[in-house]
Amino acid sequence: MINLEVPRKFTGLITQAGQVAENVFRVNSRKYDRAEHEYPKELDMLAAMIDGMNASGRLNGAGAGGVGGRENSSRNGLEPTGARSDPSTGNRNGTNLASLLGLIELAWGDVGLLLTMPRQGLGQAAIAAVATPEQLERFGGKWAAMAITEPEAGSDSAAIRTTARLDESDPAHPEYILNGEKIFVTSGDRAELIVVWATLDRTQGRGAIKSFVVERDNPGLVLERLEHKLGIRASDTADFRLVDCRVSRENLLGSPEIQTARQGFAGAMQTFDNTRPLVAGMAIGVARACLERTRELLSQEGVTVDYERPPELQPGAAAELIAMEADWEAARLLTLQAAWMADNRLPNSLHASMAKAKAGRVATDIALRCVALCGSLGYGEGELLEKWARDAKILDIFEGTQQIQLLVIARQLLGKSSSELK
Amino acid sequence: MPTQQQNLAGRGMAAGLKVINWLAGSELVDRVGLREPAQRLIYTGSKRTTRATTVAGRTFQAATRLGRPARQASGAAADLFDLTPTDEQHLLTEAIRDFALAELRPAAAAADRACVTPPELLEQASELGVTMIGVPEELGGAVDGRSAVTTVLMAEALAYGDAGIAVACLAATGVATAVSLWGDAEQQSTYLHEFVGEHPPAAALALMEPRALFDPFAPATVARRSDRGFVLRGVKSLVPRAAADELFVVGATLDDRPALFVIEAGTDGLSTEPEPAMGLRAAATGRVILEDVEVDPGALLGDGDPSVYAEAVHFGRLGWCAIASGTCRAVLDYVKEYVNDRVAFGEPISHRQAIAFTVANIAIELEGLRLATLRAASRVDQGLPFAREVTLARRLASQHAASIGSDGVQLLGGHGYTTEHPVERWYRDLRATGLLEGGLVI
Repeated sequence: MINLEVPRKFTGLITQAGQVAENVFRVNSRKYDRAEHEYPKELDMLAAMIDGMNASGRLNGAGAGGVGGRENSSRNGLEPTGARSDPSTGNRNGTNLASLLGLIELAWGDVGLLLTMPRQGLGQAAIAAVATPEQLERFGGKWAAMAITEPEAGSDSAAIRTTARLDESDPAHPEYILNGEKIFVTSGDRAELIVVWATLDRTQGRGAIKSFVVERDNPGLVLERLEHKLGIRASDTADFRLVDCRVSRENLLGSPEIQTARQGFAGAMQTFDNTRPLVAGMAIGVARACLERTRELLSQEGVTVDYERPPELQPGAAAELIAMEADWEAARLLTLQAAWMADNRLPNSLHASMAKAKAGRVATDIALRCVALCGSLGYGEGELLEKWARDAKILDIFEGTQQIQLLVIARQLLGKSSSELK
Repeated sequence: MPTQQQNLAGRGMAAGLKVINWLAGSELVDRVGLREPAQRLIYTGSKRTTRATTVAGRTFQAATRLGRPARQASGAAADLFDLTPTDEQHLLTEAIRDFALAELRPAAAAADRACVTPPELLEQASELGVTMIGVPEELGGAVDGRSAVTTVLMAEALAYGDAGIAVACLAATGVATAVSLWGDAEQQSTYLHEFVGEHPPAAALALMEPRALFDPFAPATVARRSDRGFVLRGVKSLVPRAAADELFVVGATLDDRPALFVIEAGTDGLSTEPEPAMGLRAAATGRVILEDVEVDPGALLGDGDPSVYAEAVHFGRLGWCAIASGTCRAVLDYVKEYVNDRVAFGEPISHRQAIAFTVANIAIELEGLRLATLRAASRVDQGLPFAREVTLARRLASQHAASIGSDGVQLLGGHGYTTEHPVERWYRDLRATGLLEGGLVI
C-alpha cells in the first residue's frame, strides 16, 4: 500500500536525534565554525552516549556506520530499533531508512559537527559492507575515516595512483606496502583508522583497486596539513602522504584478487548506493534549517504562507517559500525512496544518485535564497543562515558531485557505458 | 489586442498584422495538408465564437431513492513507508497503460487537430471502469474503498497515452466522484446510477474563470438565493467537453463563500461556447456561460460547506499533477529513444553531456513530482490533512512539468517543433498542468 509518511515507529529515534541536534550541535555551531581545526570536545560525551545506545539497541542510525547491504540481513539476529517489516507483503522499513531519518535531524543541527562525530565516519560503512568476522572483531566500533581522493584523482576515482605492493619476505607476517598521496580525508587526523584506496597494479585498471585499513598511528601515514574551508569547518579535512606505509595482509578489505572487468571496483562503488542517500539526507536537514529560520524571520515581517490560495496571489516572499519547500519536498521524498529501496534490497543505484543530485542542488539553492530573503540578517554572522549557505555547498560536491550524479543517472537511463557517455 | 489608447496608426498596424497572420496561417494550413473540409471546418469553427445553448442530454431521474448518502470507506492509516501499489492498483494501472499505449497514443495527434476525443475511446475508457472509480459499491461502483492513490495512478496511466484524451475521459469521473463524496441521498440517487451505467453522461467540474490571477476561492460567478432556489450568473472557463457535457458541477460564490452547484445541461440560461486553448485540445475545452440560471435548492452540493469546496479545489489540483506526471513520463521515454537513435558528429547525440544531463534532469524532476503527488494522494486516503502536500505537488507540476515539456522539444531540435513528433503537443499540454483549476476530481 502506497504510503509516503514517516512511520510512527521512528518517532522516538527522530526525537532523540532532534534533541542532540538542538542541545549539542546547534549551541556549538558558531563556536566551531570560528575555531576551525579545534576538536569539538563536546562531542566525546555524546559519542559515548551513542555507543551506549547502539550497544543496547536503542538508537540506530545516528551515522553511516549502520548502513550497508549485509547489515540489513540481520546476521546476528538483532533487528535495529524501529526496523519493521510487514509479513504479508515483505515490505521493510529498516536500517537505511532509520539512519537517514536520524541524519536529517542531526544535519538540521549542524552538518559540520555531524561529519566529525566520533566513530561515525564513512569508513565504517566501507568496513561494515565487506569486512570478514575477524576484521569486524578488530575494526568494529572504531572511528574510521575514508581516504579515496588524490590530487590527480577526484571524481575519477579509478585513476588513483596510490600503490599497494604485497611484501611476503617475512612469510609469518605478509604485509602490503602503501605509497601515495591522499587528500580531503574527513576527520583524517581525528579517526583511529583510515580506509585507504590503493591499486595493486596501475596497469590493470579498476579491478586492481582495493581498500586497506590503516591505523592512524602507523608511522608511514604522514599528515601533510588540514584544509581551510568555505564551510563545515567543525569537520577537519586532512591531507596525507603514505610513505612505505606497511599494513598487515589481513587489513585488506574484500577479495585480494585482481578482478577482471569492473567487478571489484563495482563492489566498491556500491558502497555509494547506500551512502549517497545519507549525504542527500544531510542536504535535506540543512535546507530544512534554512527554511524554518527564514519562515520565522519572515513571519516577524508579517509574511505567512497560505497553502490554499495560488502562490501568485501571495506576497513574493511567501510564493518563494512555497517554491523552495516544494523542491525540498521532492528531494526529501526521492531520498526516502532510495533508502527504502536499499532496505528492500531493490537495486537503487539510479535512485540514490537522483536523490543526491536533487538534494545537493536544492540545498545550496535554498540556502542561498534564504540568505537573500533575510537581507542583512541572512548575510550577517548574527544568524546561522550564512553559515548554512557555506556548509550546504559541500553537499553538492562530496560523495559524488552534481555532475557525477547526472552522469550515473544518464548512463543508466540511456544504457551507456562510461566510454560512450564521458 | 489594440486598446482605446492606441492611436490610429497603431491600430492600423495591429489590424494589418492580423491579416498577415491569418494569411500565413492559412498557407500553413495548406502546407501541412489540413485540406479535408471537415478539418478546415474545425479550424474555422474554433476561431469563430459560436455560442450554443446547452441541450438536455438525458433526464436525470432517481432510480431507487436512498435513505442516506452512500460513501466509499476511506482507508486506514498505514504503518510503514511503502511505494508498492496494491495488487488491485497494479492490475488496474497495467490495463489502463496498455489501453493508453494501444488506443490513446495513436489517436492523440488526430484528436488534437480535431479538438475532440473520438466517442469510441470514451466508451472504451468507461468500459475499463474509469468513470465509476469514485462511486461507492453500494451504488453500483466497482471499488469498495475510496482511493485517491488509485485514481492518481489511473490518471497517470491515461495521460501516458495522451493528456488531452485523458482529461476528456476523466472529466465525468470527477463529477461522479464529487457527487459520491459530497452529494446528499437525493443527489446521489438522481445522478450516480447514470455514471455506473453503460453510457455514462458527459460531465465536468467547472471552477476556472477567464481572468488573470484567478483565485478559485473567490469565484466571480455568483449564486443568489431566490424563491425557487438559487440564481447563478457568471462565466466558467476551459471546462472539459463543455459542449457535450450533460451535467456540470459549477463553483460560485454564495453568501460570500465559494460553493458548488450541480446543474444539468438544458437548464434555461445555461450556454456554452468553444474555448480552444494552447493544448489539451482533445478535451474540447469550452466556456460555460450562466445567465441567470435558476436551479432548485437541491442543486447545492455539500450544503455549501466551504471545506467541501476547498476539497474540490485540492482534488482538482491533484488530478492535474497526475496528468503532468503521466505526460512527463511519456516525454522521458520518447526522448530517451530519440537521443540514442539520432546521430550527429558521428555518434548518437546521447553521448554528449548537454543532451544526456537534460534527460537525467527530466527523470529527476519527474520522479520528485510523482512522489509528491502520491504522497498527497495517500494522505487523502488516510484521512490526514493534505492541503500543504497538494500545493507542493502543484508547485512542482507548475515549474518542472512545463520545463520538461520544453526540454522534450529542445532535445529533438527542429524536428521537435513540428507535429511529426508528439513532443510539441506535450509542450502545449504540460503548460496547463500547473495552472488549471477544477475540471478533474481525484
